[in-house]
Amino acid sequence: MTAKISPSKGSPYARILGVGGYRPSRVVPNEVILEHIDSSDEWIRSRSGIASRHWAGPDETVAEMSIAAGGKAVADAGISASDIDAVIVATVSHFKQTPAVATDIAYRLGAGKPAAFDISAGCAGFTYGLTLAKGMVTDGTAQYVLVIGVERLSDLTDLEDRATAFLFGDGAGAVIIGPSQEPAIGPTVWGSEGDKAETIKQTLPWDVYRDTPAEQVRFPALTQEGQAVFRWAVFEMAKVAQEALDAAGITAEDLDAFIPHQANMRIIDSMIKALKLPDHVAVARDIETTGNTSAASIPLAMERLLATGAAKSGDTALVIGFGAGLVYAATVVTLP
Amino acid sequence: MATQEEIVAGLADIVNEIAGIPTEDVKLDKSFTDDLDVDSLSMVEVVVAAEEQFGVKIPDDDVKNLKTVGDAADYILKAQQKA
Repeated sequence: MTAKISPSKGSPYARILGVGGYRPSRVVPNEVILEHIDSSDEWIRSRSGIASRHWAGPDETVAEMSIAAGGKAVADAGISASDIDAVIVATVSHFKQTPAVATDIAYRLGAGKPAAFDISAGCAGFTYGLTLAKGMVTDGTAQYVLVIGVERLSDLTDLEDRATAFLFGDGAGAVIIGPSQEPAIGPTVWGSEGDKAETIKQTLPWDVYRDTPAEQVRFPALTQEGQAVFRWAVFEMAKVAQEALDAAGITAEDLDAFIPHQANMRIIDSMIKALKLPDHVAVARDIETTGNTSAASIPLAMERLLATGAAKSGDTALVIGFGAGLVYAATVVTLP
Repeated sequence: MATQEEIVAGLADIVNEIAGIPTEDVKLDKSFTDDLDVDSLSMVEVVVAAEEQFGVKIPDDDVKNLKTVGDAADYILKAQQKA
């Protein structure tokens, strides 16, 4: 017989309750990058908008940075770590695949025994995690979810590749997603384009190191086809961003803030034009002093936008993550 | 279908809009990067605008071969004839 199964009871809506970030202590200006490549500070700034980035030291591991950012998000949300029902960690640069780093982070944060897992969705990882967390809160499988985007991309940077050596940074950003009586996270417009998998990728899979003498292979690094990525990011992602606005039932005029993945300042500038964003919209430009931190970039940029007063609690923000896969996810949120 | 002259005039407007170069400087023999201050990323914006204006497709793999305004005008002219 088919037994009647009780449904889970979730909150009607979900919202971002708090945000926190961790930036490694070592600041690396362009001059340091120029020790390894034939380029110039002016060239790097004009092509990427990056003046400096943070690189993690040996003690600033993926887990340690996550715990620092997660703890700040918990405090900002006004909850206790023990209230957390689930921990989602988005990363591509945690080098030990099993167990998921999320379980260690959850345990050491004092979260007790929450559901905990890692996801791999490149630079869209945070927005993917946010979307999962919203579903968990409204479904009732969790009341409070900690979503962390964290990267040590300096470990996957080829310092001798003049096209990418300057691009990447390290850090962690985190949010707490919890119940809301009002809609505060819009529908997510997301997807993948596997036919473009080669445009952004890790150069080699790890098993090359098992099968090839170490001196014959170069450690893997992130590589990308700059022009193809730029075209996709600006023009295709502007369409996705517009779809997210449409799905939320608002227009660009209604926005207070725009927090795109911090891929490249030129991409951000061109997206603003393609989206015809009005001047009153505060735009996250955290990349200038943080570099591209993949899954960590949106929560880090969100935290800074709020900390500097450029945006405030209750503001309406468009967030969009996009990157290796290729994958993308965009939604409209109310800022914590 | 646009003539070569019309295509160059259209490209001149696009380059002016994106790189701020006076339209009269955009001539057949001018190099986008060396003469017109159009770097690799701006070139993508020029290409996308040209695709829209002239109703053609210019794949990423072909963009790197478009060194001069003349290269781009010839490419667009041929692409229009194929379309």
